[in-house]
Amino acid sequence: MNAMSSDPLFPQGGDRIAARKSGAVPRTGLGLVMRLELSESLRSRWFHFYSIVVVGLMLLLITTGISESRVLGFTGLSRLLVTYIQIAMAVLPLFIVVSTARSMVGDREAGNLEYMLSFPVTLRVWYWGRFLARLVLVLSPVLLALGLAAVYGLVRGHSVPWWHFGLYSGLVAALAACFLGIGFLVSSISRSTEVALGASLLIWLTLVALLDLLLLAILIQQHFIPEFVIGIALANPLQAFRTASMILFDPQLILLGPASYVILDHFGVTGYVAWAMAYPTALGLVLAALGYWRFSRTDLV
Amino acid sequence: MITIDRLSKRFDRRAVLDELTLSIDAGDRIALIGSNGAGKTTLFRCLLGHYGHEGRVGFDGSAGQRRDAGALARVAFVPQLPPPLRMPVGELLTFAEKGAGADPALMRDIAGKMGIDLDEVKKRPFYRLSGGQKQKILVTVALGRNADLMIFDEPSANLDPAARAVFIDLLAARTDASMLIASHRLEEVAPLVNRVIEMDRGRVVLDDSVADRLRAGDFRRAEIEISAPHEPFARALEGWGFVTDASGLRFSGPVPAAETFRFLGVLARHGSLIERLSLEEVPQAAPEKVN
Repeated sequence: MNAMSSDPLFPQGGDRIAARKSGAVPRTGLGLVMRLELSESLRSRWFHFYSIVVVGLMLLLITTGISESRVLGFTGLSRLLVTYIQIAMAVLPLFIVVSTARSMVGDREAGNLEYMLSFPVTLRVWYWGRFLARLVLVLSPVLLALGLAAVYGLVRGHSVPWWHFGLYSGLVAALAACFLGIGFLVSSISRSTEVALGASLLIWLTLVALLDLLLLAILIQQHFIPEFVIGIALANPLQAFRTASMILFDPQLILLGPASYVILDHFGVTGYVAWAMAYPTALGLVLAALGYWRFSRTDLV
Repeated sequence: MITIDRLSKRFDRRAVLDELTLSIDAGDRIALIGSNGAGKTTLFRCLLGHYGHEGRVGFDGSAGQRRDAGALARVAFVPQLPPPLRMPVGELLTFAEKGAGADPALMRDIAGKMGIDLDEVKKRPFYRLSGGQKQKILVTVALGRNADLMIFDEPSANLDPAARAVFIDLLAARTDASMLIASHRLEEVAPLVNRVIEMDRGRVVLDDSVADRLRAGDFRRAEIEISAPHEPFARALEGWGFVTDASGLRFSGPVPAAETFRFLGVLARHGSLIERLSLEEVPQAAPEKVN
């Protein structure tokens, strides 16, 4: 057919391509997927809002002079960190789980996934590349906020508790990994953004409800065995984070009451902090792996 | 190159692809036609590994695993609807270059031919472009890739007639790749293809290979009668070497067998005029004047 011969308009295109045929097979790597996800998220409104909230909270606490106040003998940066980390516990998981749960299912609904997955990228690279990029993204503003606090402490002449900074960063990273895993699992399972959003909110609310001392009190009142109640508390990543952040400035866990004996007897301070870092991280990775398993076995679009 | 063996895909127990068996060889340029819901897009999604399915899809004798990145490196795809990607155009082109081996110089050439200045649009978010611009960028990315198979799902739906013509020329120039083009405008892609596959309810109902049936050198004799004299139609047929009678209503002439699809494409544009049409094979009759 005449139309199938080389077009005089574009005499070089086919030849140039043909010359490259012998080259290596192109493949989209983890770095490229991460870079794509990072730049995509850096442009998104959820990330801007999240960053403003996370960094803004720290600035707010600094400007209100909370580091100059004294509670239970704590003052300076330790006081600032304790307050910040308690507030972050309320904000961080909600932001992470809601924004993440909508991400992949939203891309699927919009048709972005159909196009982007037509490139030579393995599902493993695509999924875990996005996971790692999101982890970097959600941690960056928190680390920036903690860095701001350290700079503020140095400027004000406070002693900077670097050890606490390190431990708090680790706890936040573990919590972020956990809720990222939940978000990825929800996103992989859900068939619409509405379902993903509803499911992520429900999970967050459930974990917050199980955090409530009142709920635990009711459980005890209903004659559940104490081990069951304490088991629930230990299995709740939010509670693990909360207790570990308390134990760092209150090693006797006076604030926690009698339950502290169980924790201190079974774990000790170091053991519990290690648990609070390792367990949410492992849980997040397992849930994310489940999400990947589901993602790779169902229809992608 | 691609072997599809008893490929089935069901949604809620309804078979969208029903034990479809097909092979695509290197050099095949296929027009995939069929009404809405015939299964064309589902077939593409199975080829790209987007859908799980029954049956087997194998690239060059591979084991036929659902999604093979090595095989995808050889396939370029333009979807029916451009995705609302938020990334700037420049980022998409960089992704195609680094992740799929697209040639930046070639993409620049192709975009230019399609009337897109990449320097002008590279910082604009992809989703903010017009429908036609998006389609042109996707075509640019696909044609800029070192692909052995190009899959186009209604690729020219958003293009204006001028861009459509350039697009067809660009496809025609890519002689090194096989093509699978789903289109409702057979007349448009007819000059490009050497095989037409029609699908209906998830099955292949027609697999017409021009290479086999319409050999170079064979001719068909066409006789056409129209309802009223029509100057543009007469001029179009004159270009094919047709003669007309005194009334200007009856035309007859030769059609090179290998140009049958293109000829039918011309007729399709004037379909409402045609009262009678015959197309008979004349294997040995080489006419004096051909197009």
